[in-house]
Parts: sequence; C-alpha cells; structure tokens
Amino acid sequence: MGHAKPVESPTANITYRVLNPDYGVFERAFLPAIAAGLGTTIRHFFANVTTRKYIRTIEYPDNPVEYPQRFRGMHRLVPREDGKPRCVACFMCQTACPARCIHIVGGETADQSIEKFPIVFEIDELRCVVCGLCVEACPCDAIRMDTGIHPVPVTSRQEGLFGKRDLLGIPSREERKSGRRDTTSRPPGTAAGTGRKDRAHGDGGAGGSAGGFGEH
Amino acid sequence: MEATAIAPFLPYIFDLLSLAIGLGIPLLLAGPLTWAERRQSAMIQDRVGPNRAPFPLIRSRNITVFGLLHPLADVIKLITKEDTINREVDRFLYNLAPLIAVFPALVTFAIVPFGPDVTILGQTWSLQIARVDAGILFLFAMSSLAVFGTTLAGYASANKFAMLGALRASAQMISYEVTLGLSVIGLIMVFGTLEPNAFVLGQGAYLFGGWIPKWGILVQPLGLIIFMIASIAENKRTPFDLVEGESEIIGYFVEYSGMKFGMFFMAEYIEIVVISGVVTTLFLGGWQIPFLMDGGFVFPWGASFEMAEWLVSLLRFGAFLFKVVFLCWFQLMLRWTLPRFRYDQVMKVGWRMLLPLSLLNVIVTAVVMLY
Repeated sequence: MGHAKPVESPTANITYRVLNPDYGVFERAFLPAIAAGLGTTIRHFFANVTTRKYIRTIEYPDNPVEYPQRFRGMHRLVPREDGKPRCVACFMCQTACPARCIHIVGGETADQSIEKFPIVFEIDELRCVVCGLCVEACPCDAIRMDTGIHPVPVTSRQEGLFGKRDLLGIPSREERKSGRRDTTSRPPGTAAGTGRKDRAHGDGGAGGSAGGFGEH
Repeated sequence: MEATAIAPFLPYIFDLLSLAIGLGIPLLLAGPLTWAERRQSAMIQDRVGPNRAPFPLIRSRNITVFGLLHPLADVIKLITKEDTINREVDRFLYNLAPLIAVFPALVTFAIVPFGPDVTILGQTWSLQIARVDAGILFLFAMSSLAVFGTTLAGYASANKFAMLGALRASAQMISYEVTLGLSVIGLIMVFGTLEPNAFVLGQGAYLFGGWIPKWGILVQPLGLIIFMIASIAENKRTPFDLVEGESEIIGYFVEYSGMKFGMFFMAEYIEIVVISGVVTTLFLGGWQIPFLMDGGFVFPWGASFEMAEWLVSLLRFGAFLFKVVFLCWFQLMLRWTLPRFRYDQVMKVGWRMLLPLSLLNVIVTAVVMLY
C-alpha cells in the first residue's frame, strides 16, 4: 500500500513524511468504488423506506417518547376521594422550595382529621427549577411530579402561575394512559382518606415517588 | 357519423395531446423530484426529511402525504418572495438568463418518444412531440444552448463569485459536451439512425436467437456509462457540482432570488427528467418491454399471451414512465452517494479518461461492425 518519501522542509530542519498512496488501476477507475458506495446508500435507503431501520429521529409532537419513570415533570396536586386536594397547608413544600415558587394561603376547616386546607396553592412554573424538593418535603403525598409531561409553554408570566384548580386537574402518567382519574391511589403506608403517613411505620419525611433524598 | 366529423381535426388533437404529455412529464416530475431529492437524501442519511407541510383546506386533520406538499409550499414561497436585483447588473441579460436556462431543458424532451405509434380511427398518433430525422443532433444542439444560461447568469449579475461559477460551468459543460456526443456515436453506428423513435424500434430486435433484447445497454454498455457520466456533468450535479460548490463558491446564480432562482433550480430538475428520458430512449429500449410484441407477449421458449392493442400501447407507455422514474431515482441516488470532484479532477476525468474511452468505444464498435 503506497510509498512514503521523506521531504526536506525548507523552513525548519524537520523531516516529515508525505503519504501519497499509490492507488491501483482498480481504485483509479472510480466505477467499482462508486458501485460499492451505491450499495451502501441503497441499502440504507431501502431499509429506511420499508422499516425505518436506521432512523433514530424522535418525531416529538406527533410521536412523543415516553419519559423515563423517574422523570420529574409538571407538578400536580393529588386529590382525595371527594376531589379536594390532600394538601393540609403545612407549608413544608413552600419552605423547602429553593426557587420560592410555591405560594400557599392556608385556611381552617371543621373536619378534625384534616384541620387545615389551602385556600390558595400556586406554583410559578416559570420559577420552578424542577428539583423535586417539594415532593420530598410533603408529609401527605399531596404534591407529586409524576405527570410525565413538561410544564406547558406560556405566552405571559401570568399564565405561568398554576393555581390549585389547574394543578388538581393534571392527571398522573398512569391516569393519562388508562384514561380515568384515580382518587384512591396512594403509596403504601398512608392513612386512608387523609393521605397522611401512617406514623406507625415511622418513615417521617420521605414520601412520594422519588425516595432517597435527605434520608441520612 | 361522429368519427368522420372529427377525422380532419384528429392530427391537431394528436399534436396537442402529444404536447400536453411531452411537456407534462418533465414539468410534473420536476416538482416531486425536489421533494424526492430531500426525502431520499434523508432516507439515505438515516433522517426523516420534510414531512410537515399540511394540506391547507382540511385544517382539522393533519394531512401531509409524506411531505409531498412541500414543493407547493416552496413554489408559493419563491413566487411571493422579494426579487432583489443588484444595482450593477446588466438588466436585460440578467432577466434573460433564467429563461435560457429553462428553455433547452424543456425543448429537448420534444424528440423523446414516450410511447409507440397508436392508430385511432385510421389515423396514426405518434407519441412524440417532434419526429425529427436528425433528432439526436437536435438534442445536442439544444443542450449545448444550456451553457448560455449559466454563463450569462454569472456574467450579468456583476458578482465575482457568480463569474467564477459561470467560468467553471462553461468550461465543464463544453468539455463534457465532446464526450457526450462521442459516446452516442457507437450507438448510432449500431442502429444506423439519428431518429429517436427509430432507435426504440431498433431496440425491439433480439440477439442470440431471440433470447436477449437488443437494447443499447447490452450493445453499448461503455457508451451508456460514459453518456450517463457526461450528462450528469452537463447538468452540473454531484459529483460535478463544483460549479455551485455550496460550501466554498455559490455558483453562477448567487445574485438571483425569488422565482428567477427558482427557474435555475427547476431547470436542473427538468434536466434530470430529460436525461432520464434520453437515456431510456437510447439505452434502455425506450417504451419497449422485452418480448412484448404488437399483439401481446411472445416468449422465445414458445409461450405466448395475446393482448388487445390498446393494452399493449398502455403497457409500453407505462414502461417508459417506469424507466424514466427509475433513472431519476438513480440520479438522485448517485448524487447522495458521491463526494465532489476537485476542479482539476473534473477536467482530468473529462479529457484524459472519458474522451479517450469514448473514442475507444467508437473504434471498437466500428471494428466489430465491420467484422
């Protein structure tokens, strides 16, 4: 394959080798190489036209891919059986939030098992840094990020504010798939109705789906 | 009654129909070819390609037909785009150049026979716009006019890059015209005619006791390869697209915008169709289907299958269209397979490889014919 001849550099005392491969008649006739190249492109062409074998493109709005299970998406407020949020306005998430995007106004209720409820529960999705600390902090498993969707694009800052009603209306990934709302679902170890942790399990703070943060 | 009343007008109706089909094939194929170019290159390069232009009338459903509406969107964009004209340009030549570029591409299709002669009400309809005795010469005469379009475009637009592109284009096109003409001479010797339809009829003959059709590709394989290479070089497409050379010089049409640029663009795709038509006629048997005679299939092993005349004619027209579309596909395939030649390489390939080869082809054919 080819010969290399040393060339004296005129500027510096360096000897370097120029590779000038001596192509044979076969290579220089072009046609066999062109036929080989055509073979490759035609193979790809037909494989992609018939079965899209090599195409890796994600056609996002038409055929979005399912995000991984641990993807932290849009927040949602988990409803009770009666459709009201599980949230008891304890301000844990608002305190934990590093971006200060959660705004809660608490109110009292006559229901002794709940005592408090949020009059206002707002998340500014434009400020949210999607850290998931609110989900970690919630003792009632009332806020989750298991929706599997992005915060939707908005045209004004005001639209970026998601209120209690908005956040309650967002289905979880499973609900979206099955097409029905599930008000009874709760992680194991939560008391019926309230969504509160059953203290007997002594599992304190970490609730929700993404465990492991702050457990030490 | 009616038949006799129409009879005197039939020749004109035939001519108009021939014109409609002969102009329709290149014009209607050129649009989808721009789509095919993008879509096919995407498939070759493992991409998806353009598939988003929706059907405008039905908004509720997103009908895109594999992106086939993109050429329409492109045309609307090109027509409505602002047509900027440089202050320094030679107005007359600048406006004339795109027309000259499209004209030879369209007019050369006139000599391509796209079907056999059909007899309707006792009169013959030849499916060919112009049956010129010196059809092949007409083809070369017209295709050599194309160089004026490119050269004038580069010269008139008062831009050094355009001038450079035009110079390259004219040198390349004139160089390859020599080879283009010489590569067909072998074929002319074999079939003894210059008339394209006679070429097709001649390719209806069979070799070796009727087993192999006497197509140009089998009689003149070298001629076909050289002709194909030279015509791609004439059309200034990859691997001979250094005239445009998108990455370094932008070619003779840098200063053109809007539909004037669109016409250069269109000319290229019409020329693809024309090249396919000419290669089909000269080398792939035109509208001939192997073993399909006027009365139906007659196979060399004795079997035969009778068919009505109109069905045979339709099949042959379909065969021509199929061959043309196949060759268009093949040209796009070549474009997305090969890298670009350097300028000196283009000249070297043209003058030192293809020209001697085509001369050799002529000599060998002559010797064989003598024997």
